[in-house]
Formats: sequence, structure tokens, C-alpha cells
Amino acid sequence: MTRLPVAPKPPLRRFHQARWDEPIVFELSTPGSRGVGVPGVDPAIDAAIGDEAALPAAIRRENPPALPELAQPQVLRHYVRLSQENLGADFNIDVGQGTCTMKYSPKVNEVLIRDPRLYDTHPCQDPADAQGTLEIVHRLERMLAEISGMDAVTVQPAAGSAAIWANVSMIRAYHASRGEGAQRDEIITTIFSHPSNAACAKTAGYKVITLYPDEHGYPDLAALKAALSDRTAALLITNPEDTGIYNPRIAEFVAAVHEVGGLACYDQANANGILGITRARDAGFDLCHFNLHKTFSTPHACGGPAAGACGVTEALEPFLPGPVVVRDDDGTYRLDADRPQSIGKVSPFYGVIPNIVRAYTWIMTMGAEGLREVAEIAALNNNYLAHQILQIPGASMGYPETDARIEQIRYTWQELTEQAGISTEQIGWRAADFGVHYWSSHHPFVIPEPFTLEPTESYSRGELDEYARIIAEVAREAREDPETVRTAPHRSTVHLTGHKDFDDPDRWAVTWRAYLRKYPGAGARP
Amino acid sequence: MTRTVGLLVNPVAGLGGAAGLAGSDGADVQRRAAQRGGVSRAAERATAVLNDLRSMLSAHDDVLVVAPGVMGETIAAATGLDATVLDVSLSAPTSAADTTRCAAAFAAAGVDLLLFAGGDGTAADVARGCGERIPVLGIPSGVKMYSGCFAVNPRAAADIARHFLAGRAADAVADSASVSAPATETVEVVDLDEEALRDGLVRPRLTASLRVPVAPTVQSRKAPTAANVAEQVAAVAAAAAELLADGVPTALGPGGTTHAVAARLGLPGTLLGVDIACGGDSASDHGVGSDSANVGRLLAEGASEPELYDWATRGLLRIMVSVIGGQGFLFGRGNQQFSPRVLGAVGAANIVILAPEAKLAALGGRPLLVDTGDADTDALLSGYRRILTGPGQWAVYPVGERTDR
Repeated sequence: MTRLPVAPKPPLRRFHQARWDEPIVFELSTPGSRGVGVPGVDPAIDAAIGDEAALPAAIRRENPPALPELAQPQVLRHYVRLSQENLGADFNIDVGQGTCTMKYSPKVNEVLIRDPRLYDTHPCQDPADAQGTLEIVHRLERMLAEISGMDAVTVQPAAGSAAIWANVSMIRAYHASRGEGAQRDEIITTIFSHPSNAACAKTAGYKVITLYPDEHGYPDLAALKAALSDRTAALLITNPEDTGIYNPRIAEFVAAVHEVGGLACYDQANANGILGITRARDAGFDLCHFNLHKTFSTPHACGGPAAGACGVTEALEPFLPGPVVVRDDDGTYRLDADRPQSIGKVSPFYGVIPNIVRAYTWIMTMGAEGLREVAEIAALNNNYLAHQILQIPGASMGYPETDARIEQIRYTWQELTEQAGISTEQIGWRAADFGVHYWSSHHPFVIPEPFTLEPTESYSRGELDEYARIIAEVAREAREDPETVRTAPHRSTVHLTGHKDFDDPDRWAVTWRAYLRKYPGAGARP
Repeated sequence: MTRTVGLLVNPVAGLGGAAGLAGSDGADVQRRAAQRGGVSRAAERATAVLNDLRSMLSAHDDVLVVAPGVMGETIAAATGLDATVLDVSLSAPTSAADTTRCAAAFAAAGVDLLLFAGGDGTAADVARGCGERIPVLGIPSGVKMYSGCFAVNPRAAADIARHFLAGRAADAVADSASVSAPATETVEVVDLDEEALRDGLVRPRLTASLRVPVAPTVQSRKAPTAANVAEQVAAVAAAAAELLADGVPTALGPGGTTHAVAARLGLPGTLLGVDIACGGDSASDHGVGSDSANVGRLLAEGASEPELYDWATRGLLRIMVSVIGGQGFLFGRGNQQFSPRVLGAVGAANIVILAPEAKLAALGGRPLLVDTGDADTDALLSGYRRILTGPGQWAVYPVGERTDR
């Protein structure tokens, strides 16, 4: 046989990630280095009003900011290196982060958002000069209202959890307006709902009641009824939950909450499998939210800025965050801040405009039929991947007797762990050696040794096969060569990191200044 | 840095399992098991762990200290690993008392980690000998393993031991502030009444506590709740201690979670008994507690059933209990002081149930159980109940009557 000039590739990629041993950008600082030579003051201006004295004292810094000093090429290399030490959705088969909906973010949108009419507009620009931007905000809100069935929508929240926070704030304002604010101090959620629901409710000062599933993995209606009372402010629930199981009795849940005077709030973090099929309003919900970075394709951007949307019924509309974008009869758009019951701003200005535009163009390119097709393909991909994964010895599904799954599945390695002593965390560390993400589950692990896969509509059959091959290989290694799995990752950028540095307030450091303060000696040059 | 690892093997652990005797406690049962062809799994499993640790032990000049004879020495010799033998003389045949004496000797020797092979009975004997003085880890080899001190299998035991000892070595390098200190947590040792088990009854008793390494879990940062059970217990205890600030006398049931409540109030408390305490006193009057505005007062220690009944009928008494063992019992196991008449006098509304979320999750959807011996009392406590899982948070979880098979 002829020897090919390019050797055929083996079925499993021989991946090895970059490891640059890159210092922190502050450690790269060289005093005197400059990225940009800022031009001096024009002689004419200087002659007219003097040099620095022109800046009023109130806005003048006494000390220059302690920023790292680097030239442009060093900055570029630094960040390109860091990007190579990452596992982004643009270069890994990102189906391993269930509940995150890691779908494709169309690159054409990056071009569109850089249109100077959007990009260079100051947020304080007179609305008369920003009619196009306001029109996009307004049109996106109306499209999301149509998708959810709700009466009014805001896209002001800067993230999914910020949207949940806005919903909780509206729930609080609604009950307060009826004189029941102090009495209704409990919010109910489920253990398989997105945990931001419990977190936002708690941040808002609510007591949080969590329901555990029934034996089939469905939210437990009897438990809900036991938890409801005249102290209930709201139910915050995801559907399908993070198990991928759709609650077919959701309307009964909503009705039970309404019966005691509570509000029902739909977390639509998992909306990717139900677009164009079911709507929050049709199940009777009072409020809902979407994560535009999940369902509507805007980038996750390593934790933000993202964009969230809240949808509400007419009864809740007065409480929407403001100002809201209003379309007048003559077709002009304006900002309405005269809304006395509004919860106020939940983000600076009007939200994350670039993401609002990305979500808008994505919906426009899909159309109504396209959105439904997204949901159908997401569910098909999920069930196809499940077929591959469930053939791996030691892997099974949580609640296997409940067979309908929508767009994601929480699986379990319980059998593999019992036989080989390898945990789901260790499987994930080893999966990184093949260049893919892998995620277990939120805590606590209700399904033992869990892992959660969500293929969305964005991955080809070949890619889903490749992901399943990687997981099968790691499971094989767990039995036959557990040492390799236990000591993984071997071909990734970093090895294992300790939790304590993230969890302990005395140790975490999210700024360079905090790092220097908490770790004396850090930043010293060798 | 040289580290010392202890090995203690219960040579008869697991003997009664295959023989269908529901355990191996007592010389008579062990004889019957041997007649039925029962084999000990402990030696085989301890060997597997030693083989897994071989490269680590030889690479770090670690010292392996073993119990004499069949309780460790012969197993280590068979693997070819060098080992120091503990200077303890054993009885023949070996007994539970030997396990306890060896554990005490390991504590006195100050080993960095004691690995023991056995089941719940062995764990109780080990706890009797060394308590929480040294970190221990169980190699699961018994018939019953309801205690929290066991790794899921020998491989995981070796894995946890390796991580833990690596942490110890790193910790000795004084300036490496970013290296996690090897964490340990206190776990409950429970044992089932084997006589009852042979009659078809599951009766876990809380017998003692041990200190075990926290299994290394490195989570992706999507986990907003405490991944570490010890942190969850601390959160529950903080919330419960806050409830006690109202000054209402509260009977704290046995168990690690309620014990943590007492500790939070600056009280010693008995891990295995029922203590009556109240909070809300200020630090200036009662010394220094962990929360200066909410210092506890111990009203009764190790309260008996008649004492509890007396308190309950004299005035308002609250009961605070946590989930006992892996079965999820609230009443009727290890806390029979809470008799039907005590529970009746206190009333269901004044019973607070505590559980870290991980403990509820570990039940796999099974209900929490009550078995007070009185059907009416069981019915009163059954149904969906609120479980305090942390500050400002509850779970609504089903409590059912006993469903022994």
C-alpha cells in the first residue's frame, strides 16, 4: 500500500494541550513599557487652558493606577497563550457541560455588533439618535414574548442569574404591593432546578424550601402541596429539570401555587429542547426567564457578560426593571422611566447591547420554524448520544425506568465506581486529556457519581460519536489502567487544583491586590 | 518527610457474610461461619491496598507499621514490604479487645494515618482504642458497613490514603501557603444489632466517632453548595444554633450533626446521648463561645427517658434530631430515650429535624424512617416534613414508618 504523505488519524485524537507556564500579567510588567504612546496636549489647547490643570481636581487621580506595563506584542502573546490553555466551545466538542447549552455562536454576529452605529454609541446618547438600537431591543423583547407567551419582556438583566434575581425582586414587589410582603417569606424550588433559583431567593432574604424528586425522578407534587402555605411567595422551577426529564404535570404545580396566593416562576435555563413546542404562559406561569447565552446562542464568555430576559404577565408588568423601551404610535422609540412600581435598574443602562443584538440576529436567521427545529434536533442529538453512552459498560441513566428525556441527561457511573474505584470527578480529569469538557452535577449528588451531557443542535453525528468514544475509552482505562485515570490529567494545561483556594475567604484572591495582600511574597521577581 | 502508615486487619471480618449470618460479631458466630465455609475478606483486601500503595511507600521512605500476626504482620510480609511490627501481644484466637488495644497503640505511636480492614464492628473497636486522636480510614471488608469511615472499595482507600499523605508531606513545607492542609472530618460509627438483624430487623446504633481524611474532590466551579459534607454539617449547625437562641430548652439527639450544634453554642455535649441545652445567653455571663451573642447553657447531659418526659411535661421542650446512619432513621434507633410518651408530650410541631443536604441525597429517594414502637406516634411523625439543611433553608422530605424486609 502506498504510504500516504499525511498519515491517517487514529480514531482517538492524540491530543496535547499547550502548557505555556505563563506568568500572571502583573508579573510581566516592565516599568516604562508602553502599549500606546498617548499624544501630548495640542499646543493650541495648552496655550489656551494650560496642561493638566484643565482637569478638575475631583476627577484627577492622585496616584497613577497600578496597571501592568507592557508593549502590544507582549500583551497579544500573553492572551493568545492563555486562550490556548482553555477549552472553549469554539474548539472542543462541548457536549459535556450539561445544563450549560454550549451551542454554536455564529461568527457573523461578531461582525454585526462591531457596526460603529452600535459599537460606538455612548449609553447616554439621546434616544432620538439611537433609534436603531432601541428598535432591536424592543423587537427582541416582543419576539421573546411570543416565544414564551408572556405579556411583557425585559432584556435588561446582564446574565441568566441576574434575570432570576430580577424575577425574585418582582415577586417581592408584587406581594409588597398587596400588603403581603412580610407574610410571604418563603420560596419553593426543587433539587434538580437550576441552583441559581435557590441562590437568588436567598440573596433576596427569602427562606428557601427545596423539594426532592419522587421515585421516578419527577418533581414531587405531594411534597409541593405539603410545602405550600400562606407564607409562600413563589415556586421557582426548571422544566425540563437538569435530569432532562420533563414534568408533564407542570400545570398542576402552577395551579397548586396559585391556590395559596403564590406566584409561579419558570426558570427556562433548559429551554433548548422546548422552543416552539411548549410555552411558559400555556402552563399558567406568572414569570419566566431565559438565558440568552444558552438558548439564543450568545457567547458564554467565561462567565460573562451574558444576557438574560425576564417575561411576565400583565399583572407583573408594572414591576419590570426600568427604564423600559417603548414604541410610540408614530413608530419612534423612547425610554420610559416613569414607572413608580418598577423594581428599578438591574444592570447599568439597558443591558448588554452586543448580546441583545446577537440573540436578535440569531432568532431572525432561524425564524419560527427554525426555532422549533433547534428543539427537535437538540432532543434527537441527545437521544442519539444516549444510545452511544448507554452502551459503555458501567454507565447508566439516573431514573432509567423513566425513559423520556428531552435535551440533556444526567447519567451515573455508580456501577463503574463500585467496580473500579474511579469516581466521576476522576473520569472528568481524564477526559480533559482528550481535549473535551466533562461535568458531573450540581451538589448534592442526588444521582450517585453523576455526569450530565447536553449535545444541543450544534454538533454533528461524527462529533457526538467522537465524544462517546472518548468517554468509552476513559471508562475502559478506569477498569484496565486505573492508575492513569487516577493521576490524570496528563496532557492538559494544568494538573489538579485545590478547592480551598476558591472556597475559603481567607485564601481566595480575585484581584492582584488581594493576591498580594493575602500571600506575602507573591509577585516578587526571582 | 517520612510518614508513618498503620495497618490493622480484623482477620475474621466478613466471615459471616457469605455464610448468611448477617455479620461476624462474637466468637460463637465466627465458629459457625467457619463451619459454613465463610472466608475473611479482610486479608485479601488489605493486601490489595498495600500493593496499590507500594510505589508511594517505597518512594518516600515511608514507614509501614503493622499490628502483629494475622492482624497485619503476616499480610505485610506476604507483600514483601518492609514493616515495623507494633509491640502488642494478641490473644489466641484474636478478639475485639485486640483490635481496640492495637488501635490505642497506633494512636500512642502517632501514625499519620491508620488503615484498618473490617466492617462496622471493627470500626467501633478501633474507635474505642484511638477515638479521634489519629486519622483513620476503613478498607471495606465487613458484612455491615453503614459507618461513614469506609472507602467505597480498596482502590479508593489507597487513592484517599495517597492524597491525604501527599497533603501531609506538602504541609510540612512551611511556606507553601497555597497547598491545602490535609483535611479530616469526623464521621459517625454505627453498628447494627446483629441479633436483631438475623430476626429481620435493621437497627443501627450510633456507637462512636472517628476522624477520617476528606476524600479529595475537585469540583468544576458550577457547584454553589458546599461540596464538603463537613462544611454542610457546619452550615446546618449554625442554623440550628440560631433557633436555640430563643432560649427554649432543646433536647439534642445523638449524632455528629446535633453534636456540632452543641459545639456551636460552646457546649461539650455527649455525642451518643441526649443532652438538653438552650442558647441565647450572652458571652459575658457564660464565658467564651463560638458565637458571642448566642452562648449555650447545658441543662442536662445524657438525659434518660424519665428525665426527658419530666422536662416535656413541665413546660415547653423542643427536640432536635439528625439522621442516624445510612438508613435514614430519625427515631427508634440509637435514641430510644425519645419514647412515644416523650414525643407525644413534645408534639410534632416542636420537633426539628436536621440533615446536611448530602445526607438526604445519599438516601437515593428513600424516605426518612421512624420506628418508635408505637404505631400512633409513628403516624404522627410521618408524612412530608421540613428538614433544616442550613441557614434559611429547608428541604421538604417524606418521613415514613419502618419498611424492613
